[in-house]
Amino acid sequence: MEREHFQENLYVSGHTACPGCGQSMAARLVLNVAGPNTMIANATGCLEVFSTKAPETAFGVPWIHSLFENAAAVASGVEASLKAQGKLSTVRVIAQAGDGGTADIGLQALSGMLERGHDVLYVCYDNEAYMNTGIQRSGLTPFEANTTTTPLGKNSAGNPTYKKPLVEICAAHHIPYAASASVGFPQDLQKKVKKALDIRGPKFLHVHVPCPLGWISEPAGTLEVAKLAVQTGLFPLVEYEYGKLARVFKLPAPKPVEEYLKTQGRFRHIVKSPQELAKVQQTADKNIEFYGLK
Amino acid sequence: MKQFLEGSWALAESVKLCRPQVVSAYPITPQTHIVEHLAQFVANGDLKAESVNVESEHSAASLVLGSEAVGSRSFTCTSSQGLFLMAEVVFNIAGMRLPVMMVCANRAVSAPINIWNDQQDSVSLRDSGWIQLQAENNQEAVDLIIAGYKIGEDPKIMLPVMVCVDGFILTHGMETVDVPSQAEVDKFLPAYNPPYKLDVADPMSLGLLGDPTVYHENRYALHRTLLETIPLIEQTGKDFKAQFGRDSVRLVEEYKLDDAEIALVAMGSVCGTIKDTIDEQRAKGVKVGLLKIVSYRPFPDEAIKKALAKATYIGIVDKNISLGATGANYAEVKALMPADKKVSGFVAGLGGRDITPCTIQGIINDTKGAVNVCKFVDLNEKILFGEFKV
Repeated sequence: MEREHFQENLYVSGHTACPGCGQSMAARLVLNVAGPNTMIANATGCLEVFSTKAPETAFGVPWIHSLFENAAAVASGVEASLKAQGKLSTVRVIAQAGDGGTADIGLQALSGMLERGHDVLYVCYDNEAYMNTGIQRSGLTPFEANTTTTPLGKNSAGNPTYKKPLVEICAAHHIPYAASASVGFPQDLQKKVKKALDIRGPKFLHVHVPCPLGWISEPAGTLEVAKLAVQTGLFPLVEYEYGKLARVFKLPAPKPVEEYLKTQGRFRHIVKSPQELAKVQQTADKNIEFYGLK
Repeated sequence: MKQFLEGSWALAESVKLCRPQVVSAYPITPQTHIVEHLAQFVANGDLKAESVNVESEHSAASLVLGSEAVGSRSFTCTSSQGLFLMAEVVFNIAGMRLPVMMVCANRAVSAPINIWNDQQDSVSLRDSGWIQLQAENNQEAVDLIIAGYKIGEDPKIMLPVMVCVDGFILTHGMETVDVPSQAEVDKFLPAYNPPYKLDVADPMSLGLLGDPTVYHENRYALHRTLLETIPLIEQTGKDFKAQFGRDSVRLVEEYKLDDAEIALVAMGSVCGTIKDTIDEQRAKGVKVGLLKIVSYRPFPDEAIKKALAKATYIGIVDKNISLGATGANYAEVKALMPADKKVSGFVAGLGGRDITPCTIQGIINDTKGAVNVCKFVDLNEKILFGEFKV
């Protein structure tokens, strides 16, 4: 693509993302803050598939995709290369991947990148399942979500486990900055990207991004759904600096989880069951208490 | 300058002379000494490179993929399970046309776990799209690294190169090696200037999705380019000889094949033992010679056919086994041979079992006898059929 296509946005439309794709919106928000002097290492996943089908690309910055689990290692190589060439002071490196590529198959490479101290911002776009392969459960799929590998049945109420504490895992590396954000709060997201990119060293950003197809939600409601996840306490927005909780997005009056769950078909069975609903409410309450959100 | 060096040290010296800008590896026996020496060079300031100690071979390969894509000459090194853990990245690096250099210190693969030498690891990745060059001795290994960078980085080629050296036998063996001077290497191998790279001044996307409308052509192009390296390896070998005076860089080496009735075919350090055995046999009047394969990928069909044209009996010695079929070189060489030749395959030296002159003599005798497709030599009947309690 010619450069003029990228005058207003560094990530442009014309790609093949589903309507209402939260990941696609978040990727644009992130890149537009990062600016043209950015290089991206992208993991395999929805974002990669819908943005860069040969011979087209939606990216107006240098972008590389290698494999599923190695975005952090490829980004480490990009950074080391820029360092060797004396260019690292002027170029920002971003690694980006989905929840599976980050919290499951890519966790080792991510930990290595954080521990070695590479000057990279790693962004995980969390749509809470393996969406690219057809909505299979990941380590970041929430409790009792109905996915194709945690289906409902006589002996199953959906995903039996809770979301892996990804931000805490990253923060435990005592990196300068590890935070969560949501596409439902774009200004907060962009502020965090800017803050992260002003820091030299390893940074991690966990971004919650609804997937209308996988969550069975209204494509036009993506931002509203994302907001509700935050407002109910199910996806807390937090910032860690050097391993310590530094700031949280306060919720003086958290909404009941039902308001969030009822927007999505994957939770329909929970909304119908007061008992299951109470369990999810408990998850939110624990978050509110743990992070001091009120 | 001629020096008496441990193989790994000599290889590390060669890598240093090529001025890699990024080095990344993960420890695995018997590759370790090579990266230890490189780390020391960096620590001493003798090599100006980013040396990154990663958490796995998968990340080592991924890291040099990323660094090479930004235009830095890069190096990694592994063995056996490490190469297998890298496997998907190895295929990926070739498909993305990034001329990374890797030394594979050849080692047997699990199970059973075994740290000693055979060539199963690199042979198993022969379909990855890498140029694979197998060294007989440390001098060849030193030379193939320097020439390998030049071949892989040729703007018309842009392919990764794996220089394979038999683990322990070469990596830990002491030999006299002529290590070229920095000025000589700089003259032969100019600074890396790739025709494409990631650059904020000229953004490009690398590693796109290739759907059925383009994938087939991509793989064809990769295959064709690999075949196009055959004349380039020959030309680079001539240029290398002109500058350094050595014949190390070639597709194959013919040893006493001119009048040979029996020809053995082999790869790597075992060729030294074979050459000695040939000399002994020739003194007794046996007309035997050796075809050493240096370029395993691309596979030099024409050079092999030409070299074996005169011999009647061909014995192929494989330090690998395509389980359930035959040795890898047997299958490919046999396919090139006319029906009137007697072609036998021998699997030898797996997991570090010594291949002695006596073994080779047995292979020579067998080659002249009834045809074998896949004979495991030196099998110990007691181990096969005896009782074991663990």
